[in-house]
Amino acid sequence: MNDKLIIAGKSYSSRLLVGTGKYKDFTETRAALDASGTEIVTVAIRRTNLGQNANEPNLLDAVPPSKFTYLPNTAGCYTADDAVRTLRLARELLDGHSLVKLEVLGDPQSLYPNVIETIAAAKTLVAEGFQVMVYTSDDPIIAKQLEDIGCVAIMPLASLIGSGMGILNPWNLQLIMNRVSVPVIVDAGVGTASDAAIAMELGCAGVLMNTAIAGAQNPVLMASAMKKGVEAGREAYLAGRMPKKLYSASPSSPTTGIISSARN
Amino acid sequence: MITLTINGAPRQLPVNTTVATLIEEMGLAGKRIALERNGDIVPRSTFTMQTLVDGDKLEIVVAVGGG
Repeated sequence: MNDKLIIAGKSYSSRLLVGTGKYKDFTETRAALDASGTEIVTVAIRRTNLGQNANEPNLLDAVPPSKFTYLPNTAGCYTADDAVRTLRLARELLDGHSLVKLEVLGDPQSLYPNVIETIAAAKTLVAEGFQVMVYTSDDPIIAKQLEDIGCVAIMPLASLIGSGMGILNPWNLQLIMNRVSVPVIVDAGVGTASDAAIAMELGCAGVLMNTAIAGAQNPVLMASAMKKGVEAGREAYLAGRMPKKLYSASPSSPTTGIISSARN
Repeated sequence: MITLTINGAPRQLPVNTTVATLIEEMGLAGKRIALERNGDIVPRSTFTMQTLVDGDKLEIVVAVGGG
């Protein structure tokens, strides 16, 4: 089946985007990424540890940018200015790579997006030539504004980052998909494979997750489960589910030719 | 000597130190890093040309695991 995810003109076979944080070590990170079948991975940008051992293992060795599309993020940024600076550094770090994940957070308890700062940062980044995939709330009006600014993918939360609470408001996700023509990718909140399948059945273009895999008892096995969940949900969406029939059953077996009661 | 702030911490350096010399001294030469000086990106290709001055604020970053 030729069903590609297309972001900013580039096509991807996998609709599962995976974060590289919170794994036991880089070996587990790489094994989980491979099991997930992902092609796009998020990374964070942080100050070098000035006292660190120069031979310490490096994420870029374990997860080579030649094999995965890097999506540098702005996790931990609470202002548009910090987010923009972080992504300028990311672009320099990754040799001019312009595909980025913008997230500007509102507070450290909820990690809920600050959409006002997010919109300000998106305007600057788009003007500077970045291809912006944007983490946002599930507000359809904000989603549309972010698309109008020029973001290449809208990534609403399904529930709070790292919460594993699943798809709390499928209606809002559908409202967003109804208004926006760039890919809508659920970012944050997925807890298990059925959550990923539900997001895809709703018609989302993809799912981005980190903790749901890294926080599982067996991350590599969960990565494989998520791959199947995303694929199953996508196929179900494309297949078009049967209509729901309220209050009346419909037998699957023939209603004729049934043997008669021996007692009559 | 001049005093700079590197990743939030003060550091003293001899006058006329270039960004390239600093990076070398920190053991970061050849590493995948990016550097911001007083809010502006310093392209790697210009490290040898930029001479640090007293009061400079540098941010030196790498890519790490994140979601």
